[in-house]
Amino acid sequence: MTTTAPAPAATREALGPTLIRLQNEGHDLVVVDADLGASTSARRFKNEFPERWFEFGAAEQDMFSAAAGLSTMGFTVFASTFAVFAEHAYDQIRMNIAQPNLNVKIVISHAGVTVGEDGASAQSIEDIALFSSLMNFRVIVPADVVEAAAAHELAAKTPGPFMIRTGRSRERVIYPDGVRLQLGKADMLREGTDVTIVAIGTMVTRALDAAETLANSGIQARVLNMASVRPLDEDALVAAARDTGAIVVAEEHIALTGLGAMCAQALATKLPVPMEFVAVPNRYGESGTSSELMEIMGLTPEHIVSAAQSAIARKR
Amino acid sequence: MVATTQPDLSALTSRVRQNVVRMVYAAQSGHIGGSLSATDIMAVLYTKLLRHDPQKPDWSERDRFVMSKGHCTPVQYAILAEMGYFPVEELSTFRKKGTRLQGHSVLGKPGGVDNTAGALGMGLSFGLGISLGARLRGMNDVTTYVLMGDGEQQEGQVWEAAMAASFHKADNLVAIIDRNRIQNDDFVEKQMDPMPIGEKYRAFGWAVREGLDGHDFAQVEEGLTWARDTKGQPACVIFETTKGKGVSFMENNPGFHGAAPNADQFAAAMQELGADA
Repeated sequence: MTTTAPAPAATREALGPTLIRLQNEGHDLVVVDADLGASTSARRFKNEFPERWFEFGAAEQDMFSAAAGLSTMGFTVFASTFAVFAEHAYDQIRMNIAQPNLNVKIVISHAGVTVGEDGASAQSIEDIALFSSLMNFRVIVPADVVEAAAAHELAAKTPGPFMIRTGRSRERVIYPDGVRLQLGKADMLREGTDVTIVAIGTMVTRALDAAETLANSGIQARVLNMASVRPLDEDALVAAARDTGAIVVAEEHIALTGLGAMCAQALATKLPVPMEFVAVPNRYGESGTSSELMEIMGLTPEHIVSAAQSAIARKR
Repeated sequence: MVATTQPDLSALTSRVRQNVVRMVYAAQSGHIGGSLSATDIMAVLYTKLLRHDPQKPDWSERDRFVMSKGHCTPVQYAILAEMGYFPVEELSTFRKKGTRLQGHSVLGKPGGVDNTAGALGMGLSFGLGISLGARLRGMNDVTTYVLMGDGEQQEGQVWEAAMAASFHKADNLVAIIDRNRIQNDDFVEKQMDPMPIGEKYRAFGWAVREGLDGHDFAQVEEGLTWARDTKGQPACVIFETTKGKGVSFMENNPGFHGAAPNADQFAAAMQELGADA
C-alpha cells in the first residue's frame, strides 16, 4: 500500500474547472448564476470568460427562464444553484426548458442531507424525483469529483436538458484513474453473485464499504454505480436480478419517489426479486454534521449491510 | 405613406379579429378578449417593425417575438397565418386533436412561435435571455419584443426580469404591455391592482412610454418604434386597450376573457367585425 490515494473532494468542486476546460476546448458555453457561483464553483468560469457569464442575483426563476432564452441563440447554457433553489423554479424549468427540450444544463449542488448544518430547508431530498418527472431531461448523479467532471462534459456534448446533482461533503475519490460515464449505462464497480447494491452519489463509496464487510462474512455483493438515473440502465438491473436474485438500492434521497422506486418499477414488470431500500426515510432533516445526518437518516455502510442481509434472507 | 398603409392594416386587423372569433367558436374554448385587445399591436408589430421571414422562420438574425401572455394564441396564430407562416385554413384546427395550434404557445409549433408559454410571468425572462444571447453573438440588429398583459404584472418573476434587464442594459429588449384592464376572474384593479405599472418599470431602470392608444395604428407604431430605438436601457411601452375590442358585447366584459361565444353571439360578432354573410 504505497500508492497515495487522492484527497477526498466534493462533487461540486468539478464544475468551474470543467467549464473552463470545455470552453477552452471549443465548446460554445454560456454560464448563468444566481448568486451562488462561489459555492457551486461555477464562478471560476467568470474569471476566464467574463463576457460568457451572466449574473441574475438571487432570482432563480428569472435565471432559468433566461437560460432557456439564451440557449435558443445556439449556446450550451450551464445554470447552477443549490438543489433546493432549483426546486424554487420548477415551473420555469418545466415550461421553459423541459417542454421545448432546450439545451440547458442544470447543475444542482449542495443536494441531499450531507449539506448538514443548514438544516431541513436546505436539504434537498426530492430533487431526483422532480427532475426525473420532467420529460427530455437526463438526470446524472455522479459518485465522485472525477465522475462529476465527466458528467459536465457529457452534458456539454449531448444536446438537450440535463440535471446533474452534486454535493457539498468531501467524499472519497472512486475513479482516480478516470471514468467513462455513459448515458443509460451502470458501472459495475464490484462483481458479486449473492446480492446487488445499486447506488448513486454519496452512497457509492458506502456501498463499496458495505460490500467489503459482506465479503468478510462470505457474501459476495455486486456494486453498481447507477450515475445515469435517467435514462436508467434497465438491462443492468435485470442482469443483477438474474445473477444475484436480490437487490438493495442506496440513495441520499427520499425513499418514496427516488431511484429505488424507479428500479422497483423497472424490475416489477421484467424480473421481480426481493428488494430493500436504503434511503431517506420519508421525513425532513435537521441540523448536524454530514456524517451525523447520514447516521440519523440510516445512510451508512452498516445500514446497507443490514439491508443486503434482509434481501438475501427473502430469496426463495 | 400613412394614408396608403392604414387601410391595409384595417383590412388585416378585420380579418385577424374574424379569425380569432372563428377559432374560439369552432374550438368552443380559447381566449378571445385578450386576443382582440392585442390585435392592432400585433398587426403593427408584424407589418411595420419585426424583421422576420415567414419562409425562413429559423433565420438566426430575425427579431424575436415572445408571447408571454400565452393564452392569447388566437391572435398569434391568426397573425402568423396572415404573414404566410402557414395556411389560414389551418386555423380551423386550433385546439383540436392532432393540431400544431395548441391552446397555449408551443415553441416551434408552427415555425414563427419563439417560446412556450401558458404559465404567466416567464416571457420577459425568456426574452431577456434571447437579448443577452443576441448581444453576445454580435447580432446588433436583433430586437426581442415581449408581449405581456397588465394582469400578468402581478407575477413576481416579471420584476426579477425587469431588474435584471436594466442591470444588464438590455436595450435590445422591448416589453409591450397590453393594458386591457381585465384578467381571468374580474377587472385587474379589483383582483390585485398592479398600477402604476409605468412608474414601477421606471423605478426598475427602464425607459417607459405610456398612455398610448393600442388601437390607433399610428400611436402603436410610434410607441414600438420609440421602444426599439431606445438605447442604453430596456424600453417598456404600455398601450391602453379594450378587452374584446371590435365586438360590442365582448368589449370590457370579463365574461369573454376565456369563454367561447354561442351560435347567436358568434353570428352577431362576425357581423360586427364585417365578415361576409
